[in-house]
Amino acid sequence: MSATGIGASVRRKEDLRFLTGRGNYTDDINRPGQTHAYILRSPHAHAKIERLDISSAQAAPGVIAIFTGKDMAADALGGLPCGWQIHSRDGSPMKEPAHPPLVIDRVRHVGDQIAVVIAETLGQAKDAAELIEVDYAPLPAIAHPGKALASAAPQVWDEAPGNLCYDWVIGDEAEVDAAIKGAHHVTRIELTNNRLIPNAMEPRAAVGEYDRSTGDYTLYTTSQNPHVIRLLMGAFVLHIPEHRLRVVAPDVGGGFGSKIYHYAEEAIVTWASAKVNRPIKWTAERSESFITDAHGRDHVTTAHLAMDKDGKFLAFKVETIANMGAYLSTFAPCVPTYLYATLLAGVYTTPKVFANVKAVFTHTVPVDAYRGAGRPEATYLIERIVSQAAREMGLDQAELRRRNFIKREQFPYQTPVALVYDSGDPGGCMEKALKLADYSGFEARRKEAAARGKYRGIGFSTYVEACGIAPSAVVGSLGARAGLYECGQVRVHPTGSVTVFTGTHSHGQGHETTFAQLVSDKLGIPIENVDVVHGDTAKVPFGMGTYGSRSLAVGGVAIDRAMDKVIAKAKKIAAHLLEAAEADIVFENGEFSVAGTDRKKAFGEISLAAYVPHNYPITELEPGLEETAFFDPLNFSYPGGAHLCEVEIDPDTGVTQVINFTAVDDFGRVINPMIVEGQVHGGVAQGIGQALLEACVYDEEGQLITGSFMDYTMPRADNLVSFTLDTHNVPAPDNPLGVKGCGEVGAIGSPPAVINAVIDALSPLGITDISMPATPPKVWQAIRSARPPLAAE
Amino acid sequence: MTISVSMTVNGKTVSGDVEGRTLLVQFLREQLHLTGTHVGCDTSQCGACVVHVDGQSVKSCTILAAQANGTEVVTIEGLADGATLHPMQEAFREHHGLQCGFCTPGMLATGYDIVRRLPDADEARIRRELSGNICRCTGYHNIVKAIKAGAEKMSAA
Amino acid sequence: MYNFEYNRPASLDDALKALSSGDEVKLMAGGMTLIPTLKQRLAQPSKLVDLSGVAELKGITVEGNAVVIGAMTTHATVAASAEVAAKIPALTKLAHGIGDPQVRNRGTLGGSISNNDPAADYPAALMALGATVTTNKRQLAADDFFAGMFTTALEEDEIVLKVSFPIPEKAAYAKFAQPASRYALVGVFVAKTAGGARVAVTGAGEDGVFRVAAFEDALSKNFSAAALDGIAIPAEGLNSDIHGAADYRAHLIGVMAKRALQAAG
Ligand SMILES: Cc1cc2nc3c(=O)[nH]c(=O)nc-3n(C[C@H](O)[C@H](O)[C@H](O)COP(=O)(O)OP(=O)(O)OC[C@H]3O[C@@H](n4cnc5c(N)ncnc54)[C@H](O)[C@@H]3O)c2cc1C
Ligand code: FES
Ligand code: FES
Repeated sequence: MSATGIGASVRRKEDLRFLTGRGNYTDDINRPGQTHAYILRSPHAHAKIERLDISSAQAAPGVIAIFTGKDMAADALGGLPCGWQIHSRDGSPMKEPAHPPLVIDRVRHVGDQIAVVIAETLGQAKDAAELIEVDYAPLPAIAHPGKALASAAPQVWDEAPGNLCYDWVIGDEAEVDAAIKGAHHVTRIELTNNRLIPNAMEPRAAVGEYDRSTGDYTLYTTSQNPHVIRLLMGAFVLHIPEHRLRVVAPDVGGGFGSKIYHYAEEAIVTWASAKVNRPIKWTAERSESFITDAHGRDHVTTAHLAMDKDGKFLAFKVETIANMGAYLSTFAPCVPTYLYATLLAGVYTTPKVFANVKAVFTHTVPVDAYRGAGRPEATYLIERIVSQAAREMGLDQAELRRRNFIKREQFPYQTPVALVYDSGDPGGCMEKALKLADYSGFEARRKEAAARGKYRGIGFSTYVEACGIAPSAVVGSLGARAGLYECGQVRVHPTGSVTVFTGTHSHGQGHETTFAQLVSDKLGIPIENVDVVHGDTAKVPFGMGTYGSRSLAVGGVAIDRAMDKVIAKAKKIAAHLLEAAEADIVFENGEFSVAGTDRKKAFGEISLAAYVPHNYPITELEPGLEETAFFDPLNFSYPGGAHLCEVEIDPDTGVTQVINFTAVDDFGRVINPMIVEGQVHGGVAQGIGQALLEACVYDEEGQLITGSFMDYTMPRADNLVSFTLDTHNVPAPDNPLGVKGCGEVGAIGSPPAVINAVIDALSPLGITDISMPATPPKVWQAIRSARPPLAAE
Repeated sequence: MTISVSMTVNGKTVSGDVEGRTLLVQFLREQLHLTGTHVGCDTSQCGACVVHVDGQSVKSCTILAAQANGTEVVTIEGLADGATLHPMQEAFREHHGLQCGFCTPGMLATGYDIVRRLPDADEARIRRELSGNICRCTGYHNIVKAIKAGAEKMSAA
Repeated sequence: MYNFEYNRPASLDDALKALSSGDEVKLMAGGMTLIPTLKQRLAQPSKLVDLSGVAELKGITVEGNAVVIGAMTTHATVAASAEVAAKIPALTKLAHGIGDPQVRNRGTLGGSISNNDPAADYPAALMALGATVTTNKRQLAADDFFAGMFTTALEEDEIVLKVSFPIPEKAAYAKFAQPASRYALVGVFVAKTAGGARVAVTGAGEDGVFRVAAFEDALSKNFSAAALDGIAIPAEGLNSDIHGAADYRAHLIGVMAKRALQAAG
């Protein structure tokens, strides 16, 4: 392994600009003649707009224009599209209400867009927005998914009776019911996967610009996938053909899913920039982010796990209600179905699985994929019920898992819920984690803590997830309205340096380094001579962007394939220059040589010959050295692992402190261990956040109670500890690079480990359930109910 | 109703006309085009905007440009010595203390400030001192590591 | 933010003149509460009078049996003060636990008590130590200064100049932070003073900071955590929100009081 090749912790190429303040985020971009947009939003969760009067606002200082939903409708613009169609168990398509970028006469969540004010300065735009007169007739609202299906619940959409978006199933219900009926023991669980607010640190922003000389539009936006935005916005909303629309996603300050989707503000500033013939910038304030960025999770589930007398899992039945919010966000419908239910076998040999998912509309911000998307919900459910089953069966947590794991030699493994796991070793991961976490010494630590008046617990999570999204034909058959391949373009310059163009997007993941390592390693050129370009539809061939831990597993392979093409062509050139047969040319360490001789040409000599084709097989070969590949994976990739969390609880206050967090993950092959560990750190922090701190709370009227960092608890440095990480890598045969994806595992694996640890700590009190987030008052209340205070206390 | 302000920013004297309501961060980003300082919230909690004013770390989103009149301001753009990174910047790079880079300007400013005030701070103390800086990407693991390493580098320098 | 005129007087006299120069003139100390409030457009002052140029409002001195702290003294200065640490270490700890380092570098004692946020830390110290607030007009006992959440006895044209904290025999502050904002969910300041024990609670009360007579009576006889055994705090009149219901806060008052007493020794 070279110092910069595959497997090396190369320090990141992108860091220099970020460390010196030279990053270029969307809000840092200022276009000549730029104006500022402020969007008037609904303060009500549900209301009819009886009157909207913009006349005094229009006369305010600095105002250039004000547009409402009627103006957009007059231009016959489309609504924000949904990229995935789910069918209900009766075969009917999901309910898919229109989602206009600016509402016409009804608002359906706090934050819904009503009008846009465009002014010379942001201050003026805000001043003017206060002069817009809106008469609302408030209507009853529903926020909680568990109550949305009730017959008396306020209705979000006339076309979705009972607030039902779809009622979907997977698996054979009768078979599963029969297995449950005949089982030795059935463990039942009811739980909520708490709603989360992604809160990437960079608030969303968009700058729209129109060039009246060419008729071209440019949108700079905080996106994880600029081509997808161009496609959705151009084709469905604004009806601008792709060659007239450029979408640039420059440096982006974190996404975690929330920047996948096509948002109203992007369409508004792009469309309006032509109307006012000036560039328009919109940047969210954090309080706007809270009420407009797509939220995550928000499931209510009941499940049954059937076992035989030895604790062997026989069948698993799951019934989930998933909140979609007020509108269907871009990928919302697939999250609680194909990204969730297909993983319900987990790492176990459970032969029969059935799931029913009812997606509901509520008067809340749309819910869509947030780091992990569906897989954290599945993992939380499985690992909670397995831990509960172990307690009910009187078995050690590790032992019950061992009895049910899919063994290493059983891979590839066909699950009862559609997926074929290509590789893995859940048992190997767990055994390694048990050692690292000193599981055998735990009871002594528990005793020691008890002597200090603390409850100590250890929690397990052994998980697998499906990422590297995705085989296009498979997802197409499941309702995706897009392909999920990726492109890679490798442009070798005459002197042998390389620019790589990728359709994936880096917003913290370090692609500029990892991809450069791939290229440097394969082409044998110094890493400094490789540049990675992403995030601009004017530069990069059509690509699908970054989410679902797909960048390396799909995008990396596309680059690798493009390099294969480069090498194949370069070999032909080398054969010509070295006067040898093409079949005798060997490419190694950046040199083309004739096998068995010392005749060779350096990579740079070949690239020069390609662009200065004086001595060149010009009748057989085009000049130039630049290749593009599109890669469509054959399977998902399946990282997995074991997470163990140890906590201590202060019974006086209910405070849970994470003491140790150990993760042993299987990533197949690791290109840059430093970056991979960083991804796990961030994911685990979000998972601990979900388990202990973060809760998005709406009140009964649909008002967001946790609308700022004053009430929404973001994990801070002192909430967390340094994590203990290791890997147990089993190469992925179904991935040409052998890689599995690492971006989401931390957030997928960790929440149940934390909650299982809390429950384990409290189990001496007979406590078997605590919901996320396990906040101090909740834990305190649980302790108090289990152990009523003495009269004198 | 504009006010003339003048201050030293990263060693250079700058001046400009601002409104009473102009925040220091707006002055830096919009008038001086020093966009390295970021805005991540509107409730003074995230710390993406932290800069040094007269040697103290402050949230530039919660101080008026007018209040900074006559002060010495150092932003992320002023931390390196020409092409040589500051030891704290170097430590963040070495220990992968940044991912998306958005919180980084504030983390560096706070990290540098911690080491100056508390050169021997242990991990727990560093974590407490970071309570005004939120990062969504790194889980803080490598930020803490980088600040510790930066402390060692700074004391060796 | 709405726009306003900005003014930075160099003396107390000029500050007072500026304060009475029109309607809707507002004082600004560290701005750590005021600026976020203005950003949300919750206030629309015509003029801000920045007190940071008034030198006589800053500083810490020991005068007789009291530590006197100027209104414009920052939390960081109090936290770092050797005098405070020597005379009232509980105050050092309290100041050190306010917000984060950046907030402590700007936020001031005067701003904190004038704002009287029901979850702010300082009000508990003033009440428990029996501090005296000096304004340009008068002297006010802490018990008379705080008048319910976000309300004080201050008049429109009144400026807090300094606060005098009598040095107690023993004192300590224990704070249970609201996890998101890090303000006090419950903060309990206990003090053994010449006039008996005093206990003040912040964060929990619907009307802001308050004293706990039952605790004070018990502690005046026996200043120790054990003295509080069996004294329950009623939940009536306490805040309930997503971060803790009234009964939880009531319980935490007891827990934090005992922890403070243990720390006070
Ligand atoms: C992120 C964050 C976290 C915080 N955490 C905490 C915490 O944990 N605990 C806590 O107690 N506080 C906390 N605070 C508040 C902080 O302590 C502020 O310092 C305090 O609330 C106000 O002080 P200031 O000097 O900034 O006053 P300003 O914001 O400038 O003023 C506040 C109010 O007081 C008035 N005022 C100021 N000075 C005087 C004076 N001398 N005479 C009369 N009126 C005056 C002003 O007109 C204004 O109405 C936090 C603030 C932030 C931004
Ligand atoms: S921008 Fe968040 S604290 Fe300043
Ligand atoms: S690196 Fe992205 S927020 Fe910290």
